[in-house]
Amino acid sequence: MIDVNATMARLERARPGTVILWTLLFLGGVVMITPIVFMAATSFKTGQEVYELSIIPDKPTLANYVFILQESKFMRWMLNSLWVATFSTASVLFFDSLVGYTLAKFDFRGRHIVFIAILSTLMIPTEMLIIPWYMMSRSFGWIDTYWGIAFPGLMTGFGTFLMRQFFMSLPDELIEAARIDGWSEFAIWWRIAMPLVIPALSALAIFHFLGNWTAFIWPLIVTNDPDIYTIPVGIASFNGEFQMDWEIVMTASCLATLPTLLVFLLLQKFIIRGIMLAGLKG
Amino acid sequence: MANFWNKFTIKQKLAITAWLFLAVPLVFYITIRFYPTFEAFYVSTLKWNLLGAKKAIGMKNYIKIFADEDFWLVLWNTIKYALVGVPVSMLIAFVIAYWLNEIDFGHDFIRAMYFIPFLTTAVAMAWVWRWFYQPLPIGYFNTMLSWFGIPQQPFLRSVTQGLYSIMAPAVWAGLGFQIVIFIAGIRAIPRSYFEAAEIDGAGRRQILREITLPALKPTIIFLTVVSTIGFLRIFDQVYTMSADSAGGPLNSTKPLVLMIYEFAFDEFKLGRASALTVILFLILLVVSLVQLWLMRKQK
Repeated sequence: MIDVNATMARLERARPGTVILWTLLFLGGVVMITPIVFMAATSFKTGQEVYELSIIPDKPTLANYVFILQESKFMRWMLNSLWVATFSTASVLFFDSLVGYTLAKFDFRGRHIVFIAILSTLMIPTEMLIIPWYMMSRSFGWIDTYWGIAFPGLMTGFGTFLMRQFFMSLPDELIEAARIDGWSEFAIWWRIAMPLVIPALSALAIFHFLGNWTAFIWPLIVTNDPDIYTIPVGIASFNGEFQMDWEIVMTASCLATLPTLLVFLLLQKFIIRGIMLAGLKG
Repeated sequence: MANFWNKFTIKQKLAITAWLFLAVPLVFYITIRFYPTFEAFYVSTLKWNLLGAKKAIGMKNYIKIFADEDFWLVLWNTIKYALVGVPVSMLIAFVIAYWLNEIDFGHDFIRAMYFIPFLTTAVAMAWVWRWFYQPLPIGYFNTMLSWFGIPQQPFLRSVTQGLYSIMAPAVWAGLGFQIVIFIAGIRAIPRSYFEAAEIDGAGRRQILREITLPALKPTIIFLTVVSTIGFLRIFDQVYTMSADSAGGPLNSTKPLVLMIYEFAFDEFKLGRASALTVILFLILLVVSLVQLWLMRKQK
């Protein structure tokens, strides 16, 4: 079925002004992705070709990728990043929603104080805690461990606040009914409430995973051993090693960007909606 | 056990369950958030190099900081990042969001082009930008300038241009997020507002000024605060891009967080570094309080 009205409306709007507008926005978009296109193009170039302006390489090569994957610890860093970000995101999804749910749906003395206390942690910048975390990591032997990288982000005030907002909009009757049916409180949360807030959970997951994937300052401080580096720390360490081999550095940067880009291209609608959701509620 | 449990009223049972659910998180928040916060204040009153003995010196760290010319330079750099970065990025983001919202054909595609930089890792992109800023014949910006006969610019190597050359990638990376939030804000305005204005014969500009912008006030406040805090905490780009040494040339690009990092982890002056984190905390606190105050006036 062709919606005649919609098509007419669209044609009517396609005036010269709209075409110019579209073109301008498109060109702006091209400028935005230029650095990324450039990085990707360079990763397929040979050393001799690097300084040429062309986007498409004359003799495309995968040699840079082979070099990065064989000669550096890039694969190791990739797995480190993946493991830390996954573990941390799983923890945040579980605990932030558990706390958010408890604060939204249980009536108990002290609820308000707990909420304010958790909310107040949003005011504390990470930078202020880094020195105490480092002292803590040194005394407990967490330097150069995955746990050391992950522990500061296992729960977040932002996620708790976001999940609480969403759980508050669930009707109480739903929970009451399940209680009367003899469900345990944990089962009510996990099996009834959680499936109803999946959009919020996925928004939180995307934010947290991306934040972890790109996190730099804390992993930089808590790791010294190149085997434990996350991708950003590893790429920053290229500084001395491959200083002027631009094609190698571009390839590494490209590999670092690829996973998030792929996920975005697959789930674009979903991710944009999640960010709008979190932005408006948060 | 069951017998014991049944002695409680339903309300008591629910309260006990709630505290059970909160038990592990509370341990986390106390040990990983609150205790370190107090520790940061405490360490800021010490002279301590991590290995030697701690020596209580009261407010001396703060006095030293305020007497240090470099601190004022770094503070001014930090403020410049926010003072220029926030309005510039917000303005560009709003203009793009406003017009992008008018477009149906290929909307998702164009939006994706603006959003993709948000997904990149600052440290990885720093390499690309550093390359773009190189002198001729490698550097792309200088190549483009040469097409128009404009002389070479030093960019990252310059005391005056360095800070803005580092700010540009930060603006670039954050733009997509701001655009998406702006579009969401514009779409949340009830259609009837616009229809009523059109019936009253209001022009596009008048609608923008008297309906769209006032209705977007919460969105604007939210984005201003989020990006102000982001720019005040800038670190990744500076650490990976600045010329000569981190924060160079001649400290002209160094922000507060980099100064904290250097005092703590290069020089091991933990007291001094902690005092700087307390100062950063107070600055960010003021920003957050201003936001709360603005939001309150809203309602």
